Amino acid sequence: MSSPIHDPIASPLPDATTETKTTTCYMCACRCGIKVHLRDGEVRYIEGNPDHPLNKGVICAKGGSGIMKQYSPARLTKPLRRKQGSERGANEFEEISWEETFDILEKRLSHLRATDPKKFALFTGRDQMQALTGLFARQFGTPNYAAHGGFCSVNMAAGMIYTIGGSFWEFGGPDLERAKVFYMIGTAEDHHSNPLKSAIGDFKRNGGRFVAINPVRSGYAAIADEWIPIKPGTDGALILAIIREIIAMGLYDREFLARYTNSGQLVNQDESSNDFGMMLRNPEGDKINPLRPHNFYWWDRLSNKPVDDHTKGADPCLFGTFTMPDGTVAKPAFQLLKERVEDCTPEWAEEVTGISADTIKRIAHEMGVTARDQKIELPIPWTDWWGEEHETVTGNPVAFHAMRGLAAHSNGFQSIRSLAILMSLLGTIDRPGGFRHKAPYPRAIPPNARPSKGPEAVQPNTPLGGAPLGWPETPDDLFVDASGEPVRLDKAFSWEHPLSAHGLMHNAITNAWRGDPYPIDTLLLFMANMAWNSSMNTSEVRKMLTDKNADGGYKIPFIVVCDAFQSETTAFADLILPDTTYLERHDCMSMLDRPISEFDGPVDAVRIPVVPPKGECKPFQEVLVELAGRLKLPAFTTAEGGRKFTGYPDFVVNYETAPGSGIGFLTGWRGKDGDKAMRGEPNPKQWEMYEKNGCFHQYHLPPSNQYMRNWNKGYMEWAQQSGMRRDNDPIIIHIYSEILQGFRLAAQGKRPGKQPPDELRERVATYFDPLPFWYAPLEDDESDLQKYPLNALTQRPMAMYHSWDSQNAWLRQIHTYNYLHVNSKTAAEAGIADGAWMWVESQWGKVRCLCRYSEAVEPGTVWTWNAIGKSSGAWNLTGDANEAKQGFLLNHLISEELRARPNGKRFSNSDPITGQAAWYDVRVRIYPAAAGEAEESFPQFDTMQPVPGMEPRKMGWQAWFAGKKKGARK
Amino acid sequence: MRPAFSVLFLTTLIGAAQGLFIALFACELLAAESLPSSFFVGGSILVLIMSVLGGISSVFHLGHPERAWRAMTMWRTSWLAREGIALPAFMASVFAYGVSHWLGWGHTLAVGTFAIVIAITLFVCTAMIYGAIKVLKEWAHPMTIVNFIVLGCASGMTLAAAYASFTAPEIAGVLAQAAFWLTILGLITRGVSLWRNATLRPTSTLQTAIGIRHPHIVQKAQGSMGGSYNTREFFHGKSPAFVRGVLLTLILGAFVLPLVLVLMLPLLAFIIQYLGLLAERWYFFAEAQHPQNLYYQGKS
Amino acid sequence: MTQLALVIDLNVCVGCHACVTNCKQWNTSGAAGSLVDCNPYEAEPNGTFFNRVQTFEVGTYPNTDTVHFPKSCLHCEDPACVPVCPTGASYKRKEDGIVLVDYDKCIGCKYCSWACPYGVREFDEQRKVMTKCTLCVDRIYDESLPEDRRKPSCVLACPPGARLFGDVHDPESAVSIAIRERGGYTLMPEANTKPANHYLPRRKTTVSVRSDELYRSDNPHKIDGAPFDKNLPPTNEELN
Repeated sequence: MSSPIHDPIASPLPDATTETKTTTCYMCACRCGIKVHLRDGEVRYIEGNPDHPLNKGVICAKGGSGIMKQYSPARLTKPLRRKQGSERGANEFEEISWEETFDILEKRLSHLRATDPKKFALFTGRDQMQALTGLFARQFGTPNYAAHGGFCSVNMAAGMIYTIGGSFWEFGGPDLERAKVFYMIGTAEDHHSNPLKSAIGDFKRNGGRFVAINPVRSGYAAIADEWIPIKPGTDGALILAIIREIIAMGLYDREFLARYTNSGQLVNQDESSNDFGMMLRNPEGDKINPLRPHNFYWWDRLSNKPVDDHTKGADPCLFGTFTMPDGTVAKPAFQLLKERVEDCTPEWAEEVTGISADTIKRIAHEMGVTARDQKIELPIPWTDWWGEEHETVTGNPVAFHAMRGLAAHSNGFQSIRSLAILMSLLGTIDRPGGFRHKAPYPRAIPPNARPSKGPEAVQPNTPLGGAPLGWPETPDDLFVDASGEPVRLDKAFSWEHPLSAHGLMHNAITNAWRGDPYPIDTLLLFMANMAWNSSMNTSEVRKMLTDKNADGGYKIPFIVVCDAFQSETTAFADLILPDTTYLERHDCMSMLDRPISEFDGPVDAVRIPVVPPKGECKPFQEVLVELAGRLKLPAFTTAEGGRKFTGYPDFVVNYETAPGSGIGFLTGWRGKDGDKAMRGEPNPKQWEMYEKNGCFHQYHLPPSNQYMRNWNKGYMEWAQQSGMRRDNDPIIIHIYSEILQGFRLAAQGKRPGKQPPDELRERVATYFDPLPFWYAPLEDDESDLQKYPLNALTQRPMAMYHSWDSQNAWLRQIHTYNYLHVNSKTAAEAGIADGAWMWVESQWGKVRCLCRYSEAVEPGTVWTWNAIGKSSGAWNLTGDANEAKQGFLLNHLISEELRARPNGKRFSNSDPITGQAAWYDVRVRIYPAAAGEAEESFPQFDTMQPVPGMEPRKMGWQAWFAGKKKGARK
Repeated sequence: MRPAFSVLFLTTLIGAAQGLFIALFACELLAAESLPSSFFVGGSILVLIMSVLGGISSVFHLGHPERAWRAMTMWRTSWLAREGIALPAFMASVFAYGVSHWLGWGHTLAVGTFAIVIAITLFVCTAMIYGAIKVLKEWAHPMTIVNFIVLGCASGMTLAAAYASFTAPEIAGVLAQAAFWLTILGLITRGVSLWRNATLRPTSTLQTAIGIRHPHIVQKAQGSMGGSYNTREFFHGKSPAFVRGVLLTLILGAFVLPLVLVLMLPLLAFIIQYLGLLAERWYFFAEAQHPQNLYYQGKS
Repeated sequence: MTQLALVIDLNVCVGCHACVTNCKQWNTSGAAGSLVDCNPYEAEPNGTFFNRVQTFEVGTYPNTDTVHFPKSCLHCEDPACVPVCPTGASYKRKEDGIVLVDYDKCIGCKYCSWACPYGVREFDEQRKVMTKCTLCVDRIYDESLPEDRRKPSCVLACPPGARLFGDVHDPESAVSIAIRERGGYTLMPEANTKPANHYLPRRKTTVSVRSDELYRSDNPHKIDGAPFDKNLPPTNEELN
């Protein structure tokens, strides 16, 4: 054999200029550190940054396909205005200049700001800079701001934060490095995905046991050591039965519960009292924090009398009924939990969940015995909040993870609270091998940010009198008017969904269209595909976007969409703002929003442009800073009335949360010389210093501050000094939620202050149960379960980020269209063949799709990958692309509202506590498509055409070669 | 396997050409005196035309025909390289044979013997291109060589009969009878391989393909929903009914109808037999179940 | 003699396709590129990839395993694809055992892909040559890269670390140890191609709690009293 002619090793373009820049990925919410290699200015290779704490050099399928996003033909490159005389939705646009664009926005918005600021609504989707978008909205003075958390996983955030002061999500996670057993409940692949994949890989290699409890065996569940199929929406019942078994067997961590949770706190059991169900408080007692007094009672089992909580030498009774000296009957919180779960036997849960009672007992024993018998002791001395010094940090190596699988049900809040309580019973909170917080968590229960409190917060030409979003602690924190009606368009923080910490973006369009609670003027959507996969009831929402009043005007008069790509939603815009890609912009993963912290300390990160913006693309951050300057929003304006910031990078460096606070968007290299972390005056060289460090800043806490942070004196003091927390009081776990009871008492009329409208009293009193409970998803009550016996779910495939990647020539080859996965027996019984066209129908709508038999889904569930189906022509695919013709969107089957009540009003199809969109509650039936029916998915929509400024898509073939060798690109 | 049309034409054309040449040489051995040299010259030209057409056809199978010359370099290991040498060698020796007859050089027997050896070699090389692919059990069998030789000889003999019916009618009948018996032989040998392939049990299974022992394994995703080279090259993509139709066509076209016609209408018999052999070769590809297909059975 | 190879750990592969696209992005602009995409924005998009992740369901409900199965060239020690190549374009490097295609010699006859039982060669419809995994031969010897990054792109990308890379002839290499200790196996051994790449099987970790381990003398019931209807912790006999 002669030697090769083609040198397999030599660089194909030896003379090309190459450079490498670091930044942060944005192909999904994970936010890995990346190194972008450029060849002659074109992106040649994007690798995981090995020095980055989050991904440590790994990268996923999406991250590795960033090139095809950067050069996607769906990119918008010019500001566009709906063509004169063209109907909204017809997707006909004309180019305008940025100057004209800003003029239009300035005129419209300054008018709204001067007259009725709430008529401007800003809702953002895949927004990773809520610190800025939220600030803009607040400064503008509109309450109508939220990101997509309300339809994502707010139940996860709220359910856990209201219980343990932290949550999964970016705020905490399973410590798989030290765990011995790991339970993942429901689909949870979305957030923190690469680090979790790496951690699961290491965990399994180290011999850990991974149990997946999920109706479907896909995603990470595929590599579980045991798959326990469960009926959707019944997780809460399973968890309560496990809690019962743990209590029954005495497998709870008594020491942990007694000291670190409110298990031993005495609860008023005097039913005639207006404080029934509230903690008994010692008016003379400990007042550590006047804003949040810690003045509870324990019943000390040693002296057999009531004492202040955490009295030195005392040990609270966990069970029993006690009579206080004043005659008040009281029970410890744990007694109430015990009473609550008494009937939640494994046999009861078997009926609900479909998991055998034996299995439930087995995994309860597995959890409890592992937690008890495989304790970890780290030789790390620390001092707890009450001054007791501990020689070691101990941990019980039982870890959990859950996200949307639990969250996206209307019973999700209580199910997730149950999970947080189970984790607490096992003594696993912020301990090695269990759940670990990530800065800025843990935070107070609830965190101190409160939503604005009433209509008076909204005033012309004035910033909002509070935050648009927050964490209500009492009914008085609700954002309602005197009659208890919502102030926000999405009805967040109203009595319908009091704890809707992330808003209800999924109802914004419907409410604006209906004018309930009021009509708006301008809707600004950023990176949210609300005319497609981000909306429930998609077909109807698309009609609402084009619906007109009797006077011929649109019901939603002006819609502005900012996105880097042409989506189904841009067609419904009156004004399109072309955003940049993540490789073209400055960005912050800020400690004020959702940073990328690690267990051992805060981490934040930035994006720094690695390539120039395409065409006239402008980062949305710059748009907001420019608009804020034009509108003279106070935080963006100097005392003299001039512009405070030249642009977003300048804003990031110089903005402080309060004058001289030393707290800004970034924690790294603060102080004039960049020698301070967390807090310090602005540093003009901050960006350069981030760039030099690979675009992230990591702060390592000393080991003594890395664990037990809810009650760790050293950590609390540091957290307060660094501005992470307002107070430094301990964060006691709420086994029993006095906060929820407060809302219940208001609903029962037992409490002064804000009261729900009468028709909502029963709803609030029912769901605001201070103890965890399971109820069937709300839609079950409104569904004919004989007719619609199946649950229908979606999951996000790991190689696609929601709707975002069908434009990506590489990723769309992996998921080109989607099937409905149906248990083989279920499908066969319905007369549907594998691979055949079928109908899936709910009481709200129906979809024609392709069937795929599966043995990896429980018989009562059907599921599909989310958002693979596309509207014809969207994302600059050809009209006949598989995504449009064979792919389908399940959203057409899911309603954003429940059925009308007798008074004609409708509740959002959401958790009654948090407003979390109940995506996974829908009930369906399936049947074969008839012979002769069109062999394409249903519904179909008119084919979208490209808009001005979009590059023509490459037809036939495309061969990417960075630096353009021999005309390799056609 | 997906039948590659250039290869169908190549193998059937040169197969018939080789068979025709063998028939010509047999005529020289058995009845040289009674036949004019023009018979051999014309026959050689026919052989060459078919070989060249086959060669041209094969070029369409190549991604880089301009590099086709390289295809001879690896003759030590590659049957394809050997064919790449044997085919021009066959054409050259047939050319020499024809020229010898045309110019009356006299060494036609020696040249012809040499060409016969090359023709047989070419049969073996062509057949072994398929026969050497061990993973394709339908092909990796001595019957592949037997069939290539027998079917080439049968179609070549039928063509020889047709040719002789115009140029040397006195031997046309004998040639037609030879074609008849060779076609019978072909029916038997190809029948044996059809039967064998239809009853073949694959050695490779989904279990060995992914190394998991379980009787119930179903592929749910093959990694590329829009297809790939692997879903195109190795699957014929035709319905079972179509494949059965081809099988019937090949039995009728390559064997039954030629047997009926060859003694009376040898030219028509050849045309039908040639078309039948195209179907036979199509089926030859289609019946080969490539083990790689185990990896490409499901999408979702 | 060195034989470089991948060892793929099915026990931790979650089927995320990271290896698939990271292979593509490295190689399309690398020495083996470009890797064409046909119909990139039309119906039936398809293109050249050196590596694919497939999914199989093993067993029937509820005893189902979902197995994600990455597949690329196995760099066989006795590669069926090499001897059949008429031009020598398909070759196995002596120095490291990597099987490669010389794109300047390949005539695009596809014969090598017929000989390969694994379906891991892909004909590039634009360049009209056969292509395949190169084990990122243009990375692994690149001394301008940090030493720990001189690995195939798929290996570097893989989040759960399901892809090991090394010399399977060196008995002390991480890959050899993994094969030895974790039951590494090859695909289609009956094809006698001796694949260099190996796969590590699933393994299941179980926890079994014996009933006599449930109660310990320090059971908190002794302090708190038994909940529910019993006053004392049940005895082990009662539990059994």
